[in-house]
Order: sequence, then C-alpha cells, then structure tokens
Amino acid sequence: MRHHLILRVITKILVGAIMLFAFYVQFHGDFSPGGGFQAGVIMAVAFILYGIVFSLDSVKRVFPPWLVHKLVALGVLLYAATGVLSMFLGYSFLDYDAFVPSHPSSGQHYGILAVELGVGITVTAVMVAIYYAFAGRPPRLSDEEW
Amino acid sequence: MLILTAIAVVRMHSLFAVAMLSGVFSLLSALLFVTLDAVDVAFTEAAVGAGISTVLVLGTLALTSRFEKPTKRSPIIPLFVVFVTGAALIYGTLDMPNFGSPDAPAQTHVGPDYLERSVEEIDIPNVVTAILASYRGYDTLGETAVVFTAGIGVLLLISGFSRRRRRDDDDDEESEET
Repeated sequence: MRHHLILRVITKILVGAIMLFAFYVQFHGDFSPGGGFQAGVIMAVAFILYGIVFSLDSVKRVFPPWLVHKLVALGVLLYAATGVLSMFLGYSFLDYDAFVPSHPSSGQHYGILAVELGVGITVTAVMVAIYYAFAGRPPRLSDEEW
Repeated sequence: MLILTAIAVVRMHSLFAVAMLSGVFSLLSALLFVTLDAVDVAFTEAAVGAGISTVLVLGTLALTSRFEKPTKRSPIIPLFVVFVTGAALIYGTLDMPNFGSPDAPAQTHVGPDYLERSVEEIDIPNVVTAILASYRGYDTLGETAVVFTAGIGVLLLISGFSRRRRRDDDDDEESEET
C-alpha cells in the first residue's frame, strides 16, 4: 500500500493511541469495563493495522515472530504461576489472599492484575501469530483485483 | 437492522462484501449488548467480532477466490431445517423469565452473593472483573488455555505445514507418520 499516503499518515498517528487505549483497558479493567481479553485484542489490532497498511515485513521487524511465539506460552505460564505461587504461600490454588495476608483485598488486587496481564499477553500473541500465519502465505489475489 | 444485515449477507455473492457486512453485523450486536447493559460483552464483541475476525476473514479471502460458487441444490431442505430450529429456540424462550425479572435463576442463585461479598473481599468496583479473575479464576485459566491451544492449532495447520514442505520433500514421509 505504498501509494496510500493518507492511510499511512493516519495509521502512524493511530497506532500509538490504540496501544495506549489497550494499556488503559488492561490496567483499568478493575474499575471500568474491560480486562485482559479485550485489551489483548486491541493491542493485537494495533500491530495488525500496522502490518496491513505498511507491510508484513515491517511489522515483523517491530514484533518478531519468535517473540510472538514465546509470548503465547508466557501468558498462560504467568497465569498458572500466579496460582502455583499462592499454593507455595500456603493458600489454595489461585487464592490471591496469599499475596498480602494482612490485607486480603489488596492481595486480590495484585493477583487479579497478574492473571489479567497473563490473559492479555496470551491473547495479543495468539491474535498476532494467527495474523502472521494467514498473511505470511502468498496471496492468490493481486492488489488490483480488490 | 440486524435482520436486514443478515439477509444481505445471505443474498450477496461477492465474498468481500459479505466479510464487511459480517463486521457490520458484529458491530450492531455489540450495540444490542450495550442496550442490555452488558458492556464487557459488547466490548469483546466489538473488538473481536468486528475487528479481528473481519481482518482474518479478509486474510483468508486473499488466499481463496473472491466470489461464491453458484450452487445448484434447492434451498428448501436447509430452509426447513433453519425454520424448525428457529421455532424450537423461540418455543424455548417462552419458558424463560422476563428480562430483568427478580425471580430469574440468574438473580437468585450465586449472583447476589457475589454482589454483596465482592465489595469487602475484593474491593474492586467492576464486579465482572472480580468474578472473572478471582471467584472464577479456574475457568478463566481454562479459557486462556483454550486461546493458547487455538493459537497453537492454527500455527500447526497453516505455518507449520508450509515450512515443512519448503524445507525438504524427503522429510515429508517421515513426519507424516509421527
């Protein structure tokens, strides 16, 4: 899409805003609608938009596929590790009271933050990985046919 | 509006227009969820349904053809199946309590418990997040694992296959056995 000047300029402005919004949805999910799933999707949209308007190669330079594949697993691991950690602290699996026993509700805050982050990482990475997989194959339609 | 879009999707033959219209359909159902006060669901529907799936459908479209193949079968049997299923679903809703009725199972089972206890136990204003991440933490872990598995599956199906074929033709027989 080398010739679409307006698209390229607007995308450059929007990608940052989309990422910022993703972080807002991620970390403000305790107080407003949203959470890991939605934030992950929005974050992935930022990368995918960049990939569509510029090129697959330029987005792969920003967010290399090996990192994406590692992050897919890292999110689930972070989630499960939160649960295992609370078990090591003497509480049941995924009981976030364990993190601050003197003040259980702030322990809950930390726990929810950690698991939502895990969800967000996995969802972002999976969406971007699926997009890479689809866009990486040679298309049968040329640009003019659209 | 939803029904009009759905009919347009069925009638169209240009797959590009169908992909775009299904995005519109998702956006309209997101609006429906907002009207029902399910903001979190609406958020997900707008982001996933209208955003990502449209892009993925377009990506698939680039790999196949642009127009639907004309079918020669008569539409009567599918239409009959759809009508019977729809009638059964509507008959099922007759027994359901009215929307927002205080006697509904959704309002009497564990719902009030969560609403009362989450303020002091978790102290988070968004009860949806509290239930999702804390009370139902196991379920959400399972959901994350589902997303993970789906991603791995797509990677294996699409990128893994092409990479294997490109690397060496001789390896194909061995790897198919495993």
